[in-house]
Amino acid sequence: MFDKTLAELANGLKTGEFSSVELTQAYLKRIKAEDKKYNSFITVTEEQALQQAQAADQQIAAGSAGLFTGLPIAHKDIFCTKGVRTSCASKMLDNFISPYDATVVDKFNQAGAVTLGKTNMDEFAMGSSNESSFYGPSRNPWDTDRVPGGSSGGSAAAVSAQLAPAATGTDTGGSIRQPAALCGITGLKPTYGRVSRFGMIAFASSLDQGGPMTKTAEDAAMMLNVMAGFDKQDSTSVDREVPDYTAELDRPLNGLRIGLPKEFFVDDMDSAIAAQTQAAIKEFEKLGATVKEVSLPNTALSIPAYYIIAPAEASSNLSRFDGVRYGYRCENPVDLEDLYKRSRGEGFGTEVKRRIMVGAYALSEGFYDAYYNKAQQIRRLIRDDFAQVLNDVDVIMGPTTPHPAFQLGEKTSDPVAMYMEDIFTISLNLAGLPGMSVPCGTVNGLPTGLQIIGDYFAEQKLLNVAHQFQLATDWHTQSPQGI
Amino acid sequence: MSLDRTDVDKIAHLARLQIEEQDTPEYAQNLSNILDLVDQMQAIDTTDVSPMAHPLDAVQRLRSDLITEENQRENLQSVAPAVENGLFLVPKVIE
Repeated sequence: MFDKTLAELANGLKTGEFSSVELTQAYLKRIKAEDKKYNSFITVTEEQALQQAQAADQQIAAGSAGLFTGLPIAHKDIFCTKGVRTSCASKMLDNFISPYDATVVDKFNQAGAVTLGKTNMDEFAMGSSNESSFYGPSRNPWDTDRVPGGSSGGSAAAVSAQLAPAATGTDTGGSIRQPAALCGITGLKPTYGRVSRFGMIAFASSLDQGGPMTKTAEDAAMMLNVMAGFDKQDSTSVDREVPDYTAELDRPLNGLRIGLPKEFFVDDMDSAIAAQTQAAIKEFEKLGATVKEVSLPNTALSIPAYYIIAPAEASSNLSRFDGVRYGYRCENPVDLEDLYKRSRGEGFGTEVKRRIMVGAYALSEGFYDAYYNKAQQIRRLIRDDFAQVLNDVDVIMGPTTPHPAFQLGEKTSDPVAMYMEDIFTISLNLAGLPGMSVPCGTVNGLPTGLQIIGDYFAEQKLLNVAHQFQLATDWHTQSPQGI
Repeated sequence: MSLDRTDVDKIAHLARLQIEEQDTPEYAQNLSNILDLVDQMQAIDTTDVSPMAHPLDAVQRLRSDLITEENQRENLQSVAPAVENGLFLVPKVIE
């Protein structure tokens, strides 16, 4: 049962092969038995899950069920869930019981989904390894001495270890695609503005975007059908029709034009990953696609620009955590300044404090033009590079990451080395474009991802391309040893 | 770009963050490394490039000036560290 996709589980519920309560109980039992190894959940919402499953079974019996009714999923602990702790993996919010639901959570509830629990992540989504979590790192099911990636590492580990059939994630610089690649699952970051950010705890508001993390592209399409759409509560939500993301999955890829950016094949990457990307491209050629080399000349600048824009926005967003209205408050503050400083100093972890300080510095008097304004100018150059290439090709492909999963602790002492792991994913967030990662091989027993990038609102195209690849290959069906 | 202890203390104050004295050198080192990384931007000529604030160049949406929110004070204050009579409590700020 645990190797079934959402689409297969939906069919099982429909035909009465099992009930939602049975399915939910099976997953809850598995989480309880297995998650000690992976630490992929921060909170398991057993009671609520069973209530939701019972309600779903009643709907199924009454014939009023939708396509998602009764399907269990997990939410990254960055999405506010009413009445449930929403920690963002921070001591700051360890005591925060959200008084409301995020729009994404509300949409899944309305669709009849069952929430199994809240998944582990890097604190406030700041990281590429899940090691900055207040609740300890999540571990990669393919090798528990290695990181699952981040920041949506718990969601990726949970899906990979089959503790949930699918999960939500968020992506500010690669936080859906990179852990999806490192854990051998499918992840989609939609176009900026496609999925509501309301109730999704803000890191960098002009870059953050929620999306699905699943076993297959077909499941990602099912999830996106629930998640996408205009929300007046999110001021940057895009008011644009939501297509049926499953509708184009079966379209043949004859004549698909693929661009391979030469900048995505760098000297210090794992050569086996470069070779696997080329092998994946060969599969697409067999399916009728044409391939040409393209250039995104400003790719290397995406990391410097990101590490100004994201910390600047974070320093502003995280100023709301002041020990006054919610979250952690220090003991016995002597005055208001002491309350602010110690609540924040004690409540935030090291990486979060580092980024807040970089942001505060970049935005401080006299530095704005040299840092923030410069980064926003470079952001436009990066977007223009993509726009030019996407005039000539339908999709851009390359590796999702330069290396497979690294060892726990390997990069924690050197933040800059950690940041470099996001070299292929960050530029999409700066441009606001959608991107996917799908499994495309293994290196020394560790999975690797193929990144597929499309034009604004081309999610249907990306899902079609990914689905056709998954019909032709079986990388996405491979599981870690013992699972 | 190299930051020293004084710079770190100043930035930490701006961000209202208490940083333990023994941690200051490590922050200074890491922040300096990050600023070295971002300084790669300075080599690029961006004259006449307008800064990009939004990927789709969208502007702030406007709405009619009508009350659309319900009063949720009690619900939202239920998670506050200290409240009294609907007010958030903080240490005394006026003598």
